[in-house]
Order: sequence, then structure tokens, then C-alpha cells
Amino acid sequence: MYTAASFAAGFVFGLGLLVAGMANPAKVLAFLDLAGAWDPSLALVMAGAIAVGAGAFAFMKKRTRTLLGAPLLLPSPRRIDMRLILGSLVFGVGWGLAGICPGPALVLAGTGSAKGLAFLAAVIAGNGVFEFFEKRKRVAPGPAPMRSS
Amino acid sequence: MSIAWNAFTPASALIGGAIIGAAVALFVVLNGRIAGISGILGGLARPQAGDVSWRIAFVAGLVAAPLAWGLLAALPEIRVDASFPALVAAGLLVGVGTRYGGGCTSGHGVCGVSRASPRSIAATVAFMAAGFATVFIARHLIGP
Repeated sequence: MYTAASFAAGFVFGLGLLVAGMANPAKVLAFLDLAGAWDPSLALVMAGAIAVGAGAFAFMKKRTRTLLGAPLLLPSPRRIDMRLILGSLVFGVGWGLAGICPGPALVLAGTGSAKGLAFLAAVIAGNGVFEFFEKRKRVAPGPAPMRSS
Repeated sequence: MSIAWNAFTPASALIGGAIIGAAVALFVVLNGRIAGISGILGGLARPQAGDVSWRIAFVAGLVAAPLAWGLLAALPEIRVDASFPALVAAGLLVGVGTRYGGGCTSGHGVCGVSRASPRSIAATVAFMAAGFATVFIARHLIGP
């Protein structure tokens, strides 16, 4: 049930991206091009998503379990540090170069677009680069056995 | 700035946004998780027992959406102007940046902002600013 719900959420998310025009990189770039012929649509996509999302998070606020009985696992860190900001800046540069972020990358891959697949492969490689450096950091302090967490 | 009214699609943007919001709602109400796609995908690069199938299911749902759509109707316009080398460079930056930043447009931009998380709001301001700046440089300072 848990896995099926996860598939459903991903599927609905993908449909939303397609309806919204977010799966069209040209449209995303037209939103990011403030100095050109600006297409403000994406701001309304965010507004619509946040309006519905905020309701759901408010509904879950006092609960510790979901309607399926699963534990509520929401991130709690509040610290705004260099890692957060620099990482987000790097992500923004990549987003601005292609007009694709991770969700639309998966939708594009589903359309069979060769360019979408190339982008997705690079994202996965980028994740690998991150894991490589994280793993090195974790094992660096001593000869402790490699942990998977 | 000039607004491209002919390209502006307020109705489909709001409806599509609300559908995305519904997916976020479904995921937190049933699975108790943030629909942060970079994190869901990135977690597969460090697979842990019991933590894999729901990630694959979510990713499969995203990939399946255009397939199902395509069975019933023509897909909406999708245009990728960037060249292959640019896409690979962009993908690497997105893959590394979202992991260090702990989220992307969905996790920080939609979910985090919906929860009024200061961390996510800061991240969203940062990646939006970088996106605006990158397009400005690419389109108006370097390229045509």
C-alpha cells in the first residue's frame, strides 16, 4: 500500500508538471528570462502548488502518523548554512542552463526524449559525485568500517 | 521587462500547480514524506534496506505520467533548446547542487515553502536568483 501510494503521488506529480507546462524546458526558461519576453506562468504554478500543499501540511501538523499508519518523516533542520546556499546556487545555475529540474527530468525521460535522458544521466552522475565526496568525508577521520547510513 | 502575454497560460499554470500540490498532499498524508524529487532520486545513489521500493515507485510514477498521457492524448509541447554538452553540464550541476542544497524546486520550492520553512525559503531564493542570473548571462550577455 505504501509503495502504491508512492507511485500514485509520483504519477499525479508528473501529470501536474505536464499540465502546468513545467515539463517544457522552453517555457521554464521563458519564466527565468526576466529581461526578455517574460512568461510569468511558472509563478502561478508555484502559487497553485503551495496553496494546496500548505493545506495538506497544516492538516498533518498535529499528527504523528499518516492515514496509512506510517510515521510522519518531515525534515526538521532549520539551520541556514553555506552548504544549503551554495548547493542551491549551483542547482540554480544548472536549472538556468537547461530549464530542467529533477521532476521534469524524469517526465522528459518518460517521453523518451534523448536530451531528457542525457540530462537525467548527468543528474544521476552528479548524485554519484556528491556521494563520493560524502563517503570520503565519512571515512576520513579513521579506519572505521564503511557505514551505509 | 516585457510580459509575453501570448505565452502566458494562467489557467493551465494554476490547475497544473494545484495538481502538483495534490501530489504533495497525497504523499504527506499517506506516506508521511516530503515530495522532494532530488532527495527521492538521490537516495537511490545510497540504497539502504527497506528504503528503496517507495523511491523507485515515486520515480516510476513520474516516468509513467507522460506514457499514460501519450496513450490517451497528444503530449503538450516540449522543447529542449539546450545542446547535449550544455545539458550534461547542467545535469551535473543540478545533481551535485540539489544534494548539497538538500532539495530542489519540489522539496524546497513547493513543500518547504508550503511549510514556511526558513531553510527552504532561503534555498528557493538562492536557486531562483541563480536561475534568473544564469539565463540573463546566457541570453543577454553572452549569446543572442
